[in-house]
Amino acid sequence: MDTSRSYLEPSSFSKKMAAAIIIVYAVVTLIPISWMVMTSFKNVDSAISYPPEVLFEPSLEGYVNLFTNRSRQSQEYLDSLPPPENWYEELVRSREMVITGPSKFLGRYSNSMIIGFGSTFASVFLGALAAYAFSRFRVPLKDDLLFFILSTRMFPPIAVAVPIFIMYRKLGLGDTHLGMIILYTVVNLSLAVWLLKGFMDEIPKEYEEAAMIDGYSRLQAFFKVVLPQAMTGIAATAIFCMIFSWNEYAFAVLLTQFNAQTAPPFIPTIIGEGGLDWPAIGAGTTLFLLPVMIFTIILRKHLLRGITFGAVRK
Amino acid sequence: MSQIKIVNLQKSFGDFTAVKNSNLTINDKEFFVLLGPSGCGKTTTLRMIAGLELPTSGEIYLGDEEVGMLRASERDIAFVFQLFALYPHMNVRNNLSFPLKMQGYKKSDIKNRVEEAAKLLRIDHILNSNISSLSGGDRQRVALGRALVRRPKAFLMDEPLGTLDAEFRELMCLELKKLHLDIGATTVYVTHDQLEAMSLADRIAVMDGGEILQADEPNIIYNKPKTKFVASFIGSPGMNFFEVNEGISKDQSFINIEGTKFDIPKQLEESNGSKNFFGIRPENLTLSNSEGLKGSVFGLEYLGSRKIITVKTSFGEIKVKTDISVNVKLNENVQVKPSNNNIIIFDGETDKSLNSEFIK
Repeated sequence: MDTSRSYLEPSSFSKKMAAAIIIVYAVVTLIPISWMVMTSFKNVDSAISYPPEVLFEPSLEGYVNLFTNRSRQSQEYLDSLPPPENWYEELVRSREMVITGPSKFLGRYSNSMIIGFGSTFASVFLGALAAYAFSRFRVPLKDDLLFFILSTRMFPPIAVAVPIFIMYRKLGLGDTHLGMIILYTVVNLSLAVWLLKGFMDEIPKEYEEAAMIDGYSRLQAFFKVVLPQAMTGIAATAIFCMIFSWNEYAFAVLLTQFNAQTAPPFIPTIIGEGGLDWPAIGAGTTLFLLPVMIFTIILRKHLLRGITFGAVRK
Repeated sequence: MSQIKIVNLQKSFGDFTAVKNSNLTINDKEFFVLLGPSGCGKTTTLRMIAGLELPTSGEIYLGDEEVGMLRASERDIAFVFQLFALYPHMNVRNNLSFPLKMQGYKKSDIKNRVEEAAKLLRIDHILNSNISSLSGGDRQRVALGRALVRRPKAFLMDEPLGTLDAEFRELMCLELKKLHLDIGATTVYVTHDQLEAMSLADRIAVMDGGEILQADEPNIIYNKPKTKFVASFIGSPGMNFFEVNEGISKDQSFINIEGTKFDIPKQLEESNGSKNFFGIRPENLTLSNSEGLKGSVFGLEYLGSRKIITVKTSFGEIKVKTDISVNVKLNENVQVKPSNNNIIIFDGETDKSLNSEFIK
């Protein structure tokens, strides 16, 4: 009998099985995403060709179309123009068009950034304060309040779209950054409070007490001692909040048009000649993926690292 | 450094009274131990002195200042927690400088003070280590260091050795004592371990059920306990008690138990009722073949140089601490008698010891 290995350790066969399952799952999940990225590097014709092209000549047409407005011109007019100054102008001219100006994409994208990060920050900050209070103080009706906060997530947010639409119009918050930040914060806050309360409960209260004895006020102790130790929870919460507000579509369609429109309602409306401009949509979606991906990768180490490990002997 | 005085201190949590009307004076530079079983109110008392709990009523003086309602951060005391509560996201040096940063010291001053404290505690070689990489003993030293750098008016310690293993605990006990002699700071130390209390304290206060039963030097607590609880809690094993179904009168100097006459120290006080207790420490009892209470050997424990013999009598189990050379077997019939007159009579109604020639 082979006694070289512990009974508790999984066998090499089961490890291989686990790896195989993970690989299959990853491939299945990645197919749509890689198709999208591939589409963004196709030209308009190969994007809609049938059968679909897996191997193709990459082109940046999608990205150029995403960032510019163009108009079709006659060959004589194009010939009369001075030679193109750069590669993207050349690319556009080869399609018998000229660039008439930048598109709205960059503005929509920065709206998404402002609203996404703004509401994430607000949710996590307010959530952390509320979670700390619920975790440490004797709050009257604590359980009822916590349940009430949770209950705001029990219906789909879109169910209250009409009242919110009317309220926002009366308050002048429609199509504003502030309005969208408040809305997404409200939706995210219950999740943030509940998630963070769990993490705060895990932090022994002796840390703040030690800091308060060391001469810090409770608020200072909260920022200097409690928050750094809740980093794991804060990172997880921030990722969840960020993903929601970054991807949110329904309210963005309903409440924003020009000033504060985010990228999700904008991207599908990119229309080329004779139909949707799929490479441009692919390019927009690919660029739209990046911030959340980078954000998650940056915070990943906090998700994995148990920074409080070993600090308290239990 | 300062004297700490608590006056009529009381703390209730809802209906439960954790600390009842306590009065204590802890002298300047004294190592004072609050001792008692868990739930006796010792930690609550300490936390009130620290400012982590506010008293329901009563006053706390730190030096001449009444601090009962001040915040912890305004009291200038240091606290060492049972679980150390070292900040895990900072290294040792930052943990030690944390209290100084708040007080607005110059960077160079902070560095000097931290290094001075580290040298004293012999942790100067681990100043740049992470907390999570330290052993229990080193964590303990860092926790002490964080208290030390502030040079506070008083040190409060809540079972700081409770989580260390036995070997380390003894070592840290010695170090704590030495540290106290070196810096001479007023220290209030909470523990449930009577051996720790006996070896560290200048004075001990024994608490039970939220009350301070006795506050005295260790040898007085041991030899002249004021209540039955103190007598049974201190000592390992605790004092033996025999029920005496007769009143004790003034000037009485003997007592009859089961037809055997025992000499007792001359009593200076009479008992309230007719049910009292005769208390004697195990080391003041001896085995005899001819006189004393009859019983049979029920248990034998070897302690190296001494031996504890448990004798089952009609009065219950009696522990006798004897010389190792005493040779008895289990179930052997023996007799137990006092070897000296260090006997205390406790009043059955108040549980307090009665004054006698031995205990005044």
